[in-house]
Amino acid sequence: MRNLWLGGVLTAIFAGMAVLSFLWTPYDPTVLDIANKIKAPTLAHPLGTDHFGRDILSMIMVGARTSIAVALVAVGIGMGLGVPLGLTAAARKGGLLDELIMRGNDLVFAFPSLLIAIMITAVFGASAVNAIIAIGIFNIPVFARLTRSGALSLWTRDYVMAARVAGKGATRISIEHILPNVTNLLIVQGTIQFSLGILAEAGLSYVGLGAQPPTASWGRMLADSQTMISFAPHMALFPGLAILLTVLGLNLMGDGLRDMFDPKLRRARS
Amino acid sequence: MSLLKIEKLNLSIHGSQILHDVSMQVAPGQILGVIGESGSGKSMSAFAAMQLLPNGARCEGQITVAGQDVLALTEPQLCQMRGRDVGMVFQEPMTALNPIRTIGDQVAETILIHENVSKAEALERAAEALARAELPQERFPLSRYPFELSGGQRQRVVIAMAIALRPKLLIADEPTTALDVTTQAQILELLKRLVAEDQMGLMLISHDLAVVADLADEIVIMQKGRVVESGPAATLFHDMQHPYSKALLAASTHVPNREGAAQDQPLLSVREVVREYTLHANGWLGKTSKLQAVKGVSFDIRKGESLGLVGESGCGKSTLTRAILGLEEVQGGEILLDGQPVFSGKKPNRAVRRRMQVVFQDPYGSFNPRWKVSRLICEPMHLLDQPPKGRALQDAMVEAMESVGLTADDLDKYIHEFSGGQRQRIAIARALIIKPDLIILDEAVSALDVSVRAQVLDLLADLSDRFGLTYLFISHDLSVVRSITDRVLVMKSGEIVEQGETQAVFDAPQHDYTKELIAAAPVLPANVA
Repeated sequence: MRNLWLGGVLTAIFAGMAVLSFLWTPYDPTVLDIANKIKAPTLAHPLGTDHFGRDILSMIMVGARTSIAVALVAVGIGMGLGVPLGLTAAARKGGLLDELIMRGNDLVFAFPSLLIAIMITAVFGASAVNAIIAIGIFNIPVFARLTRSGALSLWTRDYVMAARVAGKGATRISIEHILPNVTNLLIVQGTIQFSLGILAEAGLSYVGLGAQPPTASWGRMLADSQTMISFAPHMALFPGLAILLTVLGLNLMGDGLRDMFDPKLRRARS
Repeated sequence: MSLLKIEKLNLSIHGSQILHDVSMQVAPGQILGVIGESGSGKSMSAFAAMQLLPNGARCEGQITVAGQDVLALTEPQLCQMRGRDVGMVFQEPMTALNPIRTIGDQVAETILIHENVSKAEALERAAEALARAELPQERFPLSRYPFELSGGQRQRVVIAMAIALRPKLLIADEPTTALDVTTQAQILELLKRLVAEDQMGLMLISHDLAVVADLADEIVIMQKGRVVESGPAATLFHDMQHPYSKALLAASTHVPNREGAAQDQPLLSVREVVREYTLHANGWLGKTSKLQAVKGVSFDIRKGESLGLVGESGCGKSTLTRAILGLEEVQGGEILLDGQPVFSGKKPNRAVRRRMQVVFQDPYGSFNPRWKVSRLICEPMHLLDQPPKGRALQDAMVEAMESVGLTADDLDKYIHEFSGGQRQRIAIARALIIKPDLIILDEAVSALDVSVRAQVLDLLADLSDRFGLTYLFISHDLSVVRSITDRVLVMKSGEIVEQGETQAVFDAPQHDYTKELIAAAPVLPANVA
């Protein structure tokens, strides 16, 4: 329960910052102020400024928006395609369609994901949209496998048999009976994939293949700061911490949710 | 001197009291039968003797095992005791063994934990223990894995683990509940022999009066955490005092009152049905082999009749059920309901299917936990061309619920709010709602406590009289089949080996297999209740 709380609070802080950045930021994160460049944290700039004099707090707030948007859409792509594929494979277990879907997944899984993401963005151009698509594709097999394994055990339940006796077809059973009972698995995996998405976006932006300037992005802030790390460590520290804490928060939340949904662990605790 | 002595035991978990003033004892070479329904505290008493209690449990009173005051022992001392002085056999042989370790390793483990011996010596003694549990080395070497064994053989491995160190006391918690009736008889015989050989004490926990009556020297009957009756088995059944014990005995031998007579007209005809599976042993492109699960089965069910189908696990009962329900195509023969085929061409025949429904065994697994009862029981309406709406739908739901003894208020609840017996009533309501002619009861009362089972059987008998229902009653429990069916089919290895009037088959079985089944079924002592 403590994990869930801590993770939830951390996630809420960063989500809150992203939402707030639409309405208000301390400074405009795109306005350059060369006179105030590379300032260590002060009252006026709580997290300092970067080499163009931009306020780091404002950039982190807007950067949270980018990270969350990219990760959210990428998880959406993964779930939107992976879950139906997994449900289909489970409904046709052992059939040709099952084999096709799952071997296709194995194929995608066989490639190192970040490398292929770099390739996709390098070929189709560096942009946030291409980063989303690249990360999203690698989420598909994760959700497809998870859904299939969860669904397979549900297909042996008597209530599925009862639905078949009621003349319901595989599609209908998958939607009415199987899907609602695998949602807890999907929510847990979703939070974990979400954190991996944030990490992947930061990685792509770091090598310059994610969101392009002037859009603020945590990964690029890190990349910009690396040559100045010896005399301006705050420029690397704060975006680094932002990535760390968000990923940590989401992982803790995923763990906590899994504990909450897992009846075996729940019984052991009480 | 007694091996196990529990005296005035009060057990509470997180402040709520589970056991009240429980006392019982077991002497060497003696079998104590502990009988009770689920939640009666019978398993908790056994766990208390080994101090394997959930967190937050507090014991008051006295528990002595082989002269040691268990409540005064520290955890390391308890670890010493468990396995060496007290062995335990669990209900579910499928989960009591670690699937990735060989049976030799698992039996040897107990020995290695408690005695300072070499691995080789431990394995040698494991082999000996397995041999005593009737798993001789020639046929069941130590290197076997649990998945290579049948349920009964696995239970023998569990027993071998429990007796490897020749403990003074053996606790068996529902050791045969998950097993077929003939296997059950063998396992009980084995336990009895081991008790006599080693002069062990055996605490045999069961919900089944007949199992305990056959075996036990002393009997304790528990209800809601209290011992309501205890005494020597020989006299207890004839001289019961407590109303609960009497009710339990009456429920075990309950025969529901059925009136409606079967008409002389077949409702369901099964003709020479063959169900084959194609096995792909070597992948998709490799050679295939065929497995016949049902080999040319024929029978009729007359209108208004209650037909029993008896057989052990793996005999093809479930496969046959799925074929009758039109869930799977058959490879030969035909299944007709009132002259119409269940499967026409490649498609199941909806007009026929809406006249059949099914009730499953597991009251916990047969409902989608995320649906309300109102939605659950309406599911079969999917088969109707024009399902009722609004007022008519509401009336149909209420009628179905009321006919199984539940109320309209229950429609708005989720399934976890109901007990096992109530869930089984809801399962029956779900089957009734589209007013079918035939209901297949697939082990429908096997998971229920005896008193609840008696109520559900009464309900079924009453419903069949009121709605003119026909039942196909599939069960491994012979006493239930005997009490509710008119005719019975005995199935073995995909074939029907015997059929006839229930009474006649039970009184004078013809086929060897039927004789074996009936001989293996535990019976209560004659002329009680």
